[in-house]
Amino acid sequence: MNLLSVKKLTVQYDGSEALHDLSFDLESGDYLCVIGENGSGKSTLIKTLLGLKKPDSGSIEYNGLTSAQIGYMPQQTDIQRDFPASVMEVVLTGCLKANGFRPFFTAKTKEFAKKNLQRTGAAELAKKCYGELSGGQQQRVLLARALCSTEKLLILDEPVANLDPKATNEIYALIDKLNKEHGITIIMVSHDIRCAAMQAGKILHLDKTLVFFGDTNDYINSPEGRHFLGHEHL
Amino acid sequence: MDDIIQLLSMTFIQRALLVGIPVSLSAALLGVPLVLKRYSMIGDGLSHVGFCALSVAAVMNWAPLYFSIPVVVAAAFLLLRLSGKEKIKGDAATALITTASLAIGVIVTSFGSGLNTDVNSYMFGSILTMSRSDVALSIALSIAVLVLFVLFYNKLLAVTFDESFAKATGIRAELYNMLLALLTALTIVLGMRMMGTLLISGLIVFPALTAMRVFKRFRSVMICSACVSVVCFIAGITASYVFSTPAGASIVVADLAAFTVFSIIGAAKYR
Repeated sequence: MNLLSVKKLTVQYDGSEALHDLSFDLESGDYLCVIGENGSGKSTLIKTLLGLKKPDSGSIEYNGLTSAQIGYMPQQTDIQRDFPASVMEVVLTGCLKANGFRPFFTAKTKEFAKKNLQRTGAAELAKKCYGELSGGQQQRVLLARALCSTEKLLILDEPVANLDPKATNEIYALIDKLNKEHGITIIMVSHDIRCAAMQAGKILHLDKTLVFFGDTNDYINSPEGRHFLGHEHL
Repeated sequence: MDDIIQLLSMTFIQRALLVGIPVSLSAALLGVPLVLKRYSMIGDGLSHVGFCALSVAAVMNWAPLYFSIPVVVAAAFLLLRLSGKEKIKGDAATALITTASLAIGVIVTSFGSGLNTDVNSYMFGSILTMSRSDVALSIALSIAVLVLFVLFYNKLLAVTFDESFAKATGIRAELYNMLLALLTALTIVLGMRMMGTLLISGLIVFPALTAMRVFKRFRSVMICSACVSVVCFIAGITASYVFSTPAGASIVVADLAAFTVFSIIGAAKYR
């Protein structure tokens, strides 16, 4: 079943065309890795999928969810690295939509946030200060926060940027587990092309328009794949 | 004790407290998100714009608050919008606006009464200048700030911590940023004549940073920042009366003392 259909999508960014005539379908349970060089339209695609940018033409159709029911994990910012908030406070900001207009969180919402911390293996960090965690621990917390706003689809923007190799492997294993065991569809943007491509079942290669979309194995053997991965010194 | 009763019986001191306590409370609460979002210098920029507006109002014989509030609010929107995408970066733009406003303000003042006591009291503040409308506005402002922080605490935390995530979950981040800018502008305009153009930004930066030395949860940082700010304000005003020192400067020195003490406690606690 299609979870998401992108049809002939064209989006402008700062007056020039960032995405041109892009079409692809994603099925429920897919693990998609979006690759491409800087300025190839990856961020624009994410913003448009999240409903933060309007398509200039074409459409994005979700089957059984709205753009507000997507779990989003943006890139870390400088502001966050030493932020004085507890892990629980951070994860709860992912539950704001579900909490509606109530100014405080209910016990049920807090329980839900704790459950998601457990799913990302960060339950024991709940009371710690976010700013004092290691890079890998911070990413686990942000993943838990993203899970608070979705049951179906996670969009991850550079989830392993600035992580050491050990933490990188742990985060990949965690994303894989969320995909395989919890059936959550994943869209991941990554610069770490080699590993990301090994992880994901499907590849979307962008260069302002579609270069390749399909299974990872087909991509590795395709001319585009060989060129791009070779470029990255595979 | 007699000193304190004598102090509290004077109208100008009562007014200074009735303006100063709400203003320092508001500044401390607004200061936490502003410092965390790296907008620490915004208070300084806005107070200089305020100085410029007040000088123009004085020379033209306009009501000072009614003229300076819209000008400073407009400047606040402008400064918070400069996010780094522009050709002139946020910190550079703040520096431009700060010095340009100061220069224009000084020239305008020299056309009027000349550069003497007026400029001195603008720069370093005077607790003698508070009027009844200042008192009413300050109390209204602090109520608005408190309501905003209590009702929208979680949304403000979300927007401060991660604007792109907040937007993606449907929170109107721009609206909260505008509210922050508006309330910061009002706090600066109301506080600057008492604290002084050059000292008012201390009320925004010091309490937030002081609280962050010791506390590591957002809620505790907020509460501590508000308490530290009010305590330091009262301590500073009292000290200025007892030692006959300038009020604004004494309050900032009290804030510095609190910052030092909290830094030592923080260093001992998180060694």
